[in-house]
Amino acid sequence: MLKEDCASDLKVHLAQSLPLPSNVTRPRIDLIVFVVNLHSKYSLQNVEESLRHVDAAFFLGKVGFLATGAGRDSHCSVHRNTVLRLAQAYRSPLLFCDLEVDSFRVSMAQRLVRMLQVCAGHVPGVSALNLLSLMGSSENPSAEGL
Amino acid sequence: MDETVAEFVKRTILKIPVAEMMTILQAWGFLSENQLQDINFRKRKESLVHDLVLLCEEKRARVSDAALLDIICGDIDLFDMKQFKSSFKKILQRALKNVSVTFRDAEENAVWIRIAWGTQYRKPNQYKPTYVVYYPQTPYAFISSSQLRSSIPLLGQALTIASKHHRIVKMDFRSRYLDSLKAIVFEQYNQTFETHNATTPLQERSLGLDINMDSRIIHENRIEKDRVQKITEEVFGDYPQPRLEFAQYKLETKFKSDLNRGILAERNEPLRCLVKFSSPNLLEALKSLAPAGIADAPLSPLLTCIPKKRMNYFKIKDK
Repeated sequence: MLKEDCASDLKVHLAQSLPLPSNVTRPRIDLIVFVVNLHSKYSLQNVEESLRHVDAAFFLGKVGFLATGAGRDSHCSVHRNTVLRLAQAYRSPLLFCDLEVDSFRVSMAQRLVRMLQVCAGHVPGVSALNLLSLMGSSENPSAEGL
Repeated sequence: MDETVAEFVKRTILKIPVAEMMTILQAWGFLSENQLQDINFRKRKESLVHDLVLLCEEKRARVSDAALLDIICGDIDLFDMKQFKSSFKKILQRALKNVSVTFRDAEENAVWIRIAWGTQYRKPNQYKPTYVVYYPQTPYAFISSSQLRSSIPLLGQALTIASKHHRIVKMDFRSRYLDSLKAIVFEQYNQTFETHNATTPLQERSLGLDINMDSRIIHENRIEKDRVQKITEEVFGDYPQPRLEFAQYKLETKFKSDLNRGILAERNEPLRCLVKFSSPNLLEALKSLAPAGIADAPLSPLLTCIPKKRMNYFKIKDK
Protein backbone atom coordinates (compact mmCIF):
# COMPACT_ATOMS: atom_id res chain seq x y z
CA MET A 1 0.00 0.00 0.00
CA LEU A 2 2.83 2.33 0.81
CA LYS A 3 4.24 1.82 -2.66
CA GLU A 4 1.14 3.31 -4.22
CA ASP A 5 1.22 6.86 -5.46
CA CYS A 6 -1.00 8.76 -3.14
CA ALA A 7 -1.40 12.45 -2.56
CA SER A 8 -2.32 11.82 1.06
CA ASP A 9 0.02 10.98 3.88
CA LEU A 10 -0.44 7.28 4.49
CA LYS A 11 0.30 5.46 7.71
CA VAL A 12 -0.37 1.81 8.44
CA HIS A 13 -0.79 0.41 11.92
CA LEU A 14 -0.41 -3.33 12.25
CA ALA A 15 -1.93 -5.10 15.20
CA GLN A 16 -2.49 -8.71 16.09
CA SER A 17 -5.78 -8.01 17.80
CA LEU A 18 -7.90 -5.33 19.38
CA PRO A 19 -8.05 -3.46 21.65
CA LEU A 20 -4.88 -1.53 20.87
CA PRO A 21 -2.51 -0.68 23.71
CA SER A 22 -4.00 2.37 25.37
CA ASN A 23 -0.87 4.13 26.53
CA VAL A 24 0.02 5.37 23.03
CA THR A 25 -1.24 8.44 21.20
CA ARG A 26 -2.32 7.84 17.65
CA PRO A 27 -3.64 9.89 14.77
CA ARG A 28 -7.26 9.39 13.75
CA ILE A 29 -8.00 5.94 12.33
CA ASP A 30 -9.81 6.13 9.01
CA LEU A 31 -10.13 2.51 7.99
CA ILE A 32 -9.87 -0.79 9.80
CA VAL A 33 -9.24 -3.88 7.71
CA PHE A 34 -9.64 -7.20 9.48
CA VAL A 35 -7.56 -9.87 7.80
CA VAL A 36 -8.97 -13.36 8.13
CA ASN A 37 -6.80 -16.28 7.12
CA LEU A 38 -9.20 -18.92 5.89
CA HIS A 39 -6.64 -21.57 6.74
CA SER A 40 -6.90 -20.84 10.43
CA LYS A 41 -9.92 -21.01 12.72
CA TYR A 42 -7.82 -19.14 15.22
CA SER A 43 -7.62 -16.24 12.82
CA LEU A 44 -11.40 -16.01 12.54
CA GLN A 45 -11.79 -16.32 16.29
CA ASN A 46 -9.32 -13.54 16.84
CA VAL A 47 -11.15 -11.22 14.44
CA GLU A 48 -14.52 -11.99 16.03
CA GLU A 49 -13.17 -11.10 19.45
CA SER A 50 -11.47 -7.95 18.20
CA LEU A 51 -14.67 -6.73 16.54
CA ARG A 52 -16.27 -6.32 19.94
CA HIS A 53 -13.81 -3.56 20.76
CA VAL A 54 -14.62 -1.43 17.73
CA ASP A 55 -16.74 1.65 18.21
CA ALA A 56 -20.06 1.50 16.36
CA ALA A 57 -19.24 4.61 14.33
CA PHE A 58 -16.61 2.71 12.39
CA PHE A 59 -19.19 0.42 10.90
CA LEU A 60 -20.50 3.21 8.72
CA GLY A 61 -18.07 2.38 5.98
CA LYS A 62 -14.77 2.45 7.85
CA VAL A 63 -14.44 -1.27 8.41
CA GLY A 64 -13.61 -3.93 5.85
CA PHE A 65 -12.81 -7.60 5.90
CA LEU A 66 -10.07 -9.19 3.86
CA ALA A 67 -10.10 -12.95 3.52
CA THR A 68 -6.93 -14.63 2.35
CA GLY A 69 -6.18 -18.20 1.44
CA ALA A 70 -9.29 -18.98 -0.57
CA GLY A 71 -7.17 -20.14 -3.50
CA ARG A 72 -5.98 -23.23 -1.65
CA ASP A 73 -9.29 -24.85 -0.93
CA SER A 74 -7.83 -27.95 0.67
CA HIS A 75 -6.12 -25.85 3.33
CA CYS A 76 -9.22 -23.88 4.29
CA SER A 77 -10.66 -24.66 7.69
CA VAL A 78 -12.94 -21.63 7.65
CA HIS A 79 -15.77 -21.76 5.18
CA ARG A 80 -16.26 -18.94 2.73
CA ASN A 81 -19.82 -18.50 3.93
CA THR A 82 -18.69 -18.05 7.50
CA VAL A 83 -16.77 -14.89 6.65
CA LEU A 84 -19.57 -13.79 4.35
CA ARG A 85 -22.03 -14.00 7.20
CA LEU A 86 -19.65 -12.20 9.51
CA ALA A 87 -19.25 -9.34 7.03
CA GLN A 88 -23.01 -9.16 6.54
CA ALA A 89 -23.62 -9.12 10.29
CA TYR A 90 -21.39 -6.06 10.56
CA ARG A 91 -22.71 -4.48 7.35
CA SER A 92 -19.20 -4.20 6.01
CA PRO A 93 -17.59 -5.14 2.71
CA LEU A 94 -15.71 -8.38 2.31
CA LEU A 95 -12.81 -8.69 -0.09
CA PHE A 96 -11.03 -11.87 -1.08
CA CYS A 97 -7.36 -11.76 -1.87
CA ASP A 98 -4.67 -14.39 -1.71
CA LEU A 99 -1.98 -12.26 -0.12
CA GLU A 100 0.72 -14.72 -1.07
CA VAL A 101 0.27 -13.93 -4.75
CA ASP A 102 2.20 -10.87 -5.76
CA SER A 103 -0.15 -9.56 -8.46
CA PHE A 104 -3.25 -10.02 -6.28
CA ARG A 105 -1.51 -8.20 -3.48
CA VAL A 106 -0.69 -5.24 -5.69
CA SER A 107 -4.22 -4.81 -7.01
CA MET A 108 -5.70 -5.23 -3.55
CA ALA A 109 -3.30 -2.62 -2.22
CA GLN A 110 -4.48 -0.17 -4.86
CA ARG A 111 -8.08 -0.85 -3.97
CA LEU A 112 -7.46 -0.38 -0.26
CA VAL A 113 -5.65 2.89 -0.80
CA ARG A 114 -8.61 4.27 -2.79
CA MET A 115 -10.96 3.07 -0.04
CA LEU A 116 -8.81 4.68 2.57
CA GLN A 117 -8.73 8.00 0.75
CA VAL A 118 -12.52 8.03 0.61
CA CYS A 119 -12.83 7.09 4.28
CA ALA A 120 -10.42 9.84 5.24
CA GLY A 121 -12.55 12.33 3.37
CA HIS A 122 -9.82 13.06 0.82
CA VAL A 123 -11.98 12.37 -2.19
CA PRO A 124 -14.40 15.22 -2.83
CA GLY A 125 -18.01 14.21 -3.26
CA VAL A 126 -17.63 10.66 -1.96
CA SER A 127 -18.01 9.70 1.67
CA ALA A 128 -17.35 6.44 3.44
CA LEU A 129 -21.06 5.81 3.61
CA ASN A 130 -21.45 6.35 -0.14
CA LEU A 131 -18.73 3.87 -0.76
CA LEU A 132 -20.34 1.39 1.57
CA SER A 133 -23.63 1.45 -0.25
CA LEU A 134 -21.85 1.11 -3.59
CA MET A 135 -19.82 -1.86 -2.44
CA GLY A 136 -22.64 -3.42 -0.51
CA SER A 137 -24.76 -4.09 -3.58
CA SER A 138 -22.06 -6.02 -5.40
CA GLU A 139 -21.27 -8.21 -2.38
CA ASN A 140 -24.92 -9.13 -1.87
CA PRO A 141 -25.10 -12.94 -1.64
CA SER A 142 -28.43 -13.19 -3.33
CA ALA A 143 -26.92 -11.59 -6.41
CA GLU A 144 -24.14 -14.20 -6.47
CA GLY A 145 -26.45 -16.97 -7.50
CA LEU A 146 -27.20 -15.26 -10.81
CA MET B 1 70.10 -42.70 27.32
CA ASP B 2 68.41 -42.95 30.62
CA GLU B 3 67.24 -46.41 31.68
CA THR B 4 63.64 -45.33 32.01
CA VAL B 5 63.70 -43.77 28.54
CA ALA B 6 65.27 -46.93 27.14
CA GLU B 7 62.55 -48.99 28.74
CA PHE B 8 59.90 -46.64 27.35
CA VAL B 9 61.36 -46.86 23.84
CA LYS B 10 61.57 -50.63 24.08
CA ARG B 11 57.96 -50.99 25.19
CA THR B 12 56.71 -48.61 22.54
CA ILE B 13 58.47 -50.47 19.75
CA LEU B 14 57.28 -53.80 21.14
CA LYS B 15 53.69 -52.67 20.64
CA ILE B 16 54.18 -52.28 16.90
CA PRO B 17 53.21 -55.32 14.82
CA VAL B 18 56.17 -56.49 12.76
CA ALA B 19 54.22 -56.07 9.54
CA GLU B 20 53.84 -52.35 10.18
CA MET B 21 57.25 -51.81 11.73
CA MET B 22 58.95 -50.39 8.65
CA THR B 23 56.14 -47.95 7.81
CA ILE B 24 55.90 -46.63 11.33
CA LEU B 25 59.63 -46.23 11.78
CA GLN B 26 59.80 -44.37 8.49
CA ALA B 27 56.96 -42.13 9.56
CA TRP B 28 58.73 -41.51 12.84
CA GLY B 29 61.78 -40.31 10.98
CA PHE B 30 64.14 -40.62 13.91
CA LEU B 31 66.26 -43.40 12.40
CA SER B 32 67.76 -42.67 9.01
CA GLU B 33 66.81 -44.49 5.82
CA ASN B 34 70.21 -46.17 5.75
CA GLN B 35 69.80 -47.43 9.25
CA LEU B 36 66.35 -48.75 8.47
CA GLN B 37 67.63 -50.53 5.36
CA ASP B 38 70.22 -52.33 7.45
CA ILE B 39 67.70 -53.82 9.83
CA ASN B 40 66.77 -57.43 9.45
CA PHE B 41 63.03 -57.53 10.01
CA ARG B 42 62.93 -61.29 9.75
CA LYS B 43 64.51 -61.80 13.11
CA ARG B 44 62.50 -62.83 16.11
CA LYS B 45 60.67 -59.82 17.40
CA GLU B 46 62.51 -59.68 20.71
CA SER B 47 65.83 -59.63 18.97
CA LEU B 48 64.63 -57.08 16.44
CA VAL B 49 63.41 -54.77 19.15
CA HIS B 50 66.69 -55.12 20.97
CA ASP B 51 68.57 -54.00 17.83
CA LEU B 52 66.28 -51.06 17.35
CA VAL B 53 66.67 -49.92 20.93
CA LEU B 54 70.43 -50.03 20.54
CA LEU B 55 70.17 -47.87 17.45
CA CYS B 56 68.02 -45.40 19.34
CA GLU B 57 70.53 -45.33 22.16
CA GLU B 58 73.33 -44.58 19.74
CA LYS B 59 71.37 -41.68 18.37
CA ARG B 60 70.57 -40.50 21.86
CA ALA B 61 66.81 -40.74 21.70
CA ARG B 62 65.06 -38.55 24.21
CA VAL B 63 61.71 -38.94 25.89
CA SER B 64 60.16 -36.58 23.38
CA ASP B 65 61.30 -38.76 20.49
CA ALA B 66 59.86 -41.82 22.14
CA ALA B 67 56.66 -39.96 22.85
CA LEU B 68 56.39 -39.05 19.19
CA LEU B 69 56.78 -42.68 18.25
CA ASP B 70 54.06 -43.55 20.72
CA ILE B 71 51.67 -41.13 19.06
CA ILE B 72 52.44 -42.44 15.61
CA CYS B 73 51.80 -46.04 16.61
CA GLY B 74 48.57 -45.02 18.11
CA ASP B 75 46.54 -47.22 20.33
CA ILE B 76 46.21 -50.48 18.46
CA ASP B 77 42.93 -51.19 20.15
CA LEU B 78 41.47 -48.37 18.08
CA PHE B 79 39.22 -49.00 15.14
CA ASP B 80 40.66 -51.06 12.31
CA MET B 81 38.65 -50.47 9.15
CA LYS B 82 39.84 -53.57 7.33
CA GLN B 83 39.00 -55.75 10.25
CA PHE B 84 35.54 -54.23 10.60
CA LYS B 85 34.75 -54.82 6.95
CA SER B 86 35.91 -58.39 6.91
CA SER B 87 34.17 -59.18 10.16
CA PHE B 88 30.92 -57.59 9.01
CA LYS B 89 30.96 -59.46 5.73
CA LYS B 90 31.77 -62.79 7.38
CA ILE B 91 28.93 -62.51 9.84
CA LEU B 92 26.39 -61.91 7.09
CA GLN B 93 27.82 -64.61 4.89
CA ARG B 94 27.77 -67.15 7.67
CA ALA B 95 24.11 -66.45 8.36
CA LEU B 96 22.90 -66.26 4.78
CA LYS B 97 24.78 -68.15 2.17
CA ASN B 98 23.74 -65.66 -0.46
CA VAL B 99 24.44 -62.04 0.32
CA SER B 100 26.48 -59.45 -1.51
CA VAL B 101 28.25 -56.81 0.51
CA THR B 102 30.05 -53.85 -1.01
CA PHE B 103 32.01 -51.18 0.81
CA ARG B 104 32.94 -47.67 -0.19
CA ASP B 105 35.12 -45.38 1.85
CA ALA B 106 33.69 -41.91 2.05
CA GLU B 107 34.79 -38.57 3.44
CA GLU B 108 34.95 -37.91 7.17
CA ASN B 109 36.09 -41.47 7.76
CA ALA B 110 32.70 -42.87 6.96
CA VAL B 111 32.14 -46.19 5.27
CA TRP B 112 29.20 -46.80 2.98
CA ILE B 113 27.93 -50.35 2.87
CA ARG B 114 25.59 -51.82 0.32
CA ILE B 115 23.95 -55.11 1.10
CA ALA B 116 21.88 -57.17 -1.29
CA TRP B 117 20.00 -59.90 0.51
CA GLY B 118 19.45 -63.48 -0.56
CA THR B 119 18.63 -66.68 1.28
CA GLN B 120 20.18 -70.11 1.57
CA TYR B 121 18.55 -71.02 -1.70
CA ARG B 122 18.11 -67.78 -3.59
CA LYS B 123 20.61 -65.40 -5.10
CA PRO B 124 20.81 -61.91 -3.66
CA ASN B 125 18.15 -59.52 -4.90
CA GLN B 126 20.15 -56.64 -6.32
CA TYR B 127 17.08 -54.47 -6.73
CA LYS B 128 16.22 -54.15 -3.06
CA PRO B 129 19.50 -53.39 -1.35
CA THR B 130 19.96 -51.85 2.05
CA TYR B 131 22.43 -49.02 2.48
CA VAL B 132 24.30 -48.31 5.67
CA VAL B 133 26.51 -45.35 6.43
CA TYR B 134 28.74 -46.02 9.40
CA TYR B 135 30.95 -43.48 11.17
CA PRO B 136 33.51 -45.54 13.09
CA GLN B 137 34.57 -42.72 15.37
CA THR B 138 31.02 -42.41 16.59
CA PRO B 139 28.49 -44.91 17.85
CA TYR B 140 26.09 -44.12 15.04
CA ALA B 141 25.10 -45.86 11.86
CA PHE B 142 22.49 -44.64 9.41
CA ILE B 143 20.42 -47.25 7.66
CA SER B 144 18.19 -46.82 4.65
CA SER B 145 14.70 -48.16 5.17
CA SER B 146 14.98 -51.79 4.44
CA GLN B 147 12.53 -53.33 2.02
CA LEU B 148 13.06 -56.66 3.73
CA ARG B 149 12.14 -56.37 7.37
CA SER B 150 13.47 -59.80 8.27
CA SER B 151 16.99 -58.66 7.47
CA ILE B 152 17.03 -55.84 10.03
CA PRO B 153 17.89 -57.89 13.15
CA LEU B 154 20.71 -59.66 11.32
CA LEU B 155 22.06 -56.35 10.07
CA GLY B 156 21.97 -54.95 13.57
CA GLN B 157 23.81 -57.96 14.89
CA ALA B 158 26.48 -57.76 12.21
CA LEU B 159 27.07 -54.08 12.90
CA THR B 160 27.25 -54.58 16.65
CA ILE B 161 29.72 -57.43 16.51
CA ALA B 162 31.90 -56.05 13.76
CA SER B 163 32.16 -52.67 15.45
CA LYS B 164 32.86 -54.28 18.83
CA HIS B 165 30.00 -52.60 20.57
CA HIS B 166 27.75 -54.36 23.05
CA ARG B 167 24.39 -53.69 21.58
CA ILE B 168 22.54 -51.70 19.00
CA VAL B 169 19.62 -49.43 19.76
CA LYS B 170 17.19 -48.32 17.13
CA MET B 171 16.53 -44.59 17.41
CA ASP B 172 13.07 -43.24 16.72
CA PHE B 173 14.57 -40.84 14.28
CA ARG B 174 13.93 -40.88 10.55
CA SER B 175 14.35 -38.55 7.64
CA ARG B 176 15.06 -38.68 3.93
CA TYR B 177 17.98 -36.34 4.36
CA LEU B 178 21.10 -38.02 5.67
CA ASP B 179 22.82 -34.66 6.12
CA SER B 180 20.07 -33.49 8.44
CA LEU B 181 20.16 -36.66 10.50
CA LYS B 182 23.92 -36.29 10.75
CA ALA B 183 23.66 -32.62 11.65
CA ILE B 184 21.30 -33.35 14.53
CA VAL B 185 22.97 -36.50 15.80
CA PHE B 186 26.47 -35.03 15.67
CA GLU B 187 25.19 -31.66 16.88
CA GLN B 188 26.62 -29.77 13.94
CA TYR B 189 23.58 -27.69 13.13
CA ASN B 190 24.00 -24.88 15.58
CA GLN B 191 26.48 -22.81 13.66
CA THR B 192 25.26 -19.35 12.89
CA PHE B 193 25.34 -18.70 9.19
CA GLU B 194 25.50 -15.27 7.70
CA THR B 195 22.05 -13.82 7.22
CA HIS B 196 21.36 -10.51 5.53
CA ASN B 197 18.58 -9.04 7.59
CA ALA B 198 19.20 -10.58 10.95
CA THR B 199 16.87 -8.13 12.60
CA THR B 200 13.96 -8.68 10.25
CA PRO B 201 11.32 -10.98 11.71
CA LEU B 202 10.96 -14.30 9.95
CA GLN B 203 7.71 -14.09 8.01
CA GLU B 204 8.42 -10.62 6.80
CA ARG B 205 11.74 -11.77 5.46
CA SER B 206 9.94 -14.30 3.34
CA LEU B 207 7.68 -11.64 1.85
CA GLY B 208 10.72 -9.73 0.71
CA LEU B 209 9.72 -6.57 2.54
CA ASP B 210 11.76 -4.66 5.00
CA ILE B 211 8.86 -3.52 7.09
CA ASN B 212 10.93 -2.41 10.03
CA MET B 213 12.63 0.23 7.95
CA ASP B 214 9.56 2.17 6.92
CA SER B 215 8.47 4.67 9.52
CA ARG B 216 4.98 4.83 8.06
CA ILE B 217 4.32 1.35 9.40
CA ILE B 218 3.63 1.16 13.08
CA HIS B 219 3.56 -2.14 14.89
CA GLU B 220 1.07 -1.84 17.69
CA ASN B 221 2.17 -5.06 19.33
CA ARG B 222 5.90 -4.39 19.12
CA ILE B 223 6.56 -5.64 22.64
CA GLU B 224 4.77 -8.92 22.09
CA LYS B 225 6.40 -9.37 18.69
CA ASP B 226 9.81 -8.86 20.17
CA ARG B 227 9.08 -11.30 22.96
CA VAL B 228 7.97 -13.96 20.50
CA GLN B 229 11.00 -13.30 18.32
CA LYS B 230 13.33 -13.60 21.29
CA ILE B 231 11.82 -16.87 22.49
CA THR B 232 11.88 -18.34 19.01
CA GLU B 233 15.52 -17.48 18.61
CA GLU B 234 16.38 -18.93 21.97
CA VAL B 235 14.70 -22.20 21.14
CA PHE B 236 15.59 -22.59 17.48
CA GLY B 237 18.62 -20.40 17.08
CA ASP B 238 19.36 -17.99 14.30
CA TYR B 239 20.49 -20.60 11.76
CA PRO B 240 18.71 -22.74 9.17
CA GLN B 241 17.18 -25.85 10.67
CA PRO B 242 18.17 -29.35 9.54
CA ARG B 243 15.56 -30.93 7.30
CA LEU B 244 13.11 -33.41 8.69
CA GLU B 245 9.88 -34.28 6.94
CA PHE B 246 7.81 -35.85 9.69
CA ALA B 247 7.11 -35.89 13.36
CA GLN B 248 4.74 -38.54 14.58
CA TYR B 249 3.10 -38.75 17.99
CA LYS B 250 1.33 -41.89 19.10
CA LEU B 251 -0.93 -40.80 21.92
CA GLU B 252 -2.49 -43.08 24.46
CA THR B 253 -3.95 -40.58 26.84
CA LYS B 254 -7.17 -39.80 28.54
CA PHE B 255 -9.39 -37.20 26.95
CA LYS B 256 -9.15 -33.79 28.56
CA SER B 257 -11.73 -31.11 28.03
CA ASP B 258 -12.69 -27.71 29.39
CA LEU B 259 -16.32 -28.79 29.50
CA ASN B 260 -17.18 -31.26 32.19
CA ARG B 261 -19.67 -33.17 30.18
CA GLY B 262 -19.30 -35.29 27.09
CA ILE B 263 -19.03 -38.97 26.29
CA LEU B 264 -15.33 -38.79 25.62
CA ALA B 265 -14.60 -37.15 28.97
CA GLU B 266 -16.44 -39.92 30.82
CA ARG B 267 -14.33 -42.62 29.24
CA ASN B 268 -11.96 -44.28 31.67
CA GLU B 269 -9.64 -45.95 29.22
CA PRO B 270 -7.14 -43.83 27.38
CA LEU B 271 -7.83 -42.88 23.81
CA ARG B 272 -5.44 -43.99 21.11
CA CYS B 273 -4.64 -41.55 18.43
CA LEU B 274 -1.89 -40.78 15.98
CA VAL B 275 -0.87 -37.25 15.13
CA LYS B 276 1.51 -36.80 12.25
CA PHE B 277 3.05 -33.52 11.17
CA SER B 278 4.54 -33.41 7.72
CA SER B 279 6.36 -30.64 5.93
CA PRO B 280 9.11 -30.13 3.36
CA ASN B 281 11.12 -28.78 6.28
CA LEU B 282 9.40 -29.51 9.55
CA LEU B 283 11.74 -27.67 11.90
CA GLU B 284 11.66 -24.49 9.84
CA ALA B 285 7.88 -24.69 9.79
CA LEU B 286 7.74 -25.08 13.58
CA LYS B 287 10.15 -22.18 13.95
CA SER B 288 7.86 -19.92 11.93
CA LEU B 289 4.65 -20.80 13.81
CA ALA B 290 4.88 -18.30 16.66
CA PRO B 291 6.23 -15.37 14.61
CA ALA B 292 3.44 -15.94 12.08
CA GLY B 293 0.88 -15.71 14.87
CA ILE B 294 -0.39 -19.25 14.32
CA ALA B 295 0.77 -20.53 17.69
CA ASP B 296 1.65 -19.04 21.03
CA ALA B 297 5.24 -18.78 22.10
CA PRO B 298 6.81 -20.77 23.65
CA LEU B 299 5.79 -23.82 21.65
CA SER B 300 5.03 -27.10 23.29
CA PRO B 301 8.21 -28.87 24.38
CA LEU B 302 6.94 -31.95 22.57
CA LEU B 303 7.65 -30.08 19.35
CA THR B 304 10.81 -28.26 20.31
CA CYS B 305 12.58 -31.25 21.82
CA ILE B 306 12.99 -33.01 18.48
CA PRO B 307 16.63 -32.06 17.75
CA LYS B 308 17.68 -32.32 21.38
CA LYS B 309 16.16 -35.75 21.88
CA ARG B 310 17.07 -36.87 18.36
CA MET B 311 13.63 -38.31 17.98
CA ASN B 312 10.80 -37.66 15.66
CA TYR B 313 8.64 -40.62 16.48
CA PHE B 314 7.10 -40.37 19.93
CA LYS B 315 4.87 -42.48 22.11
CA ILE B 316 3.01 -40.49 24.68
CA LYS B 317 1.12 -41.93 27.60
CA ASP B 318 -0.39 -40.46 30.72
CA LYS B 319 1.91 -40.71 33.70
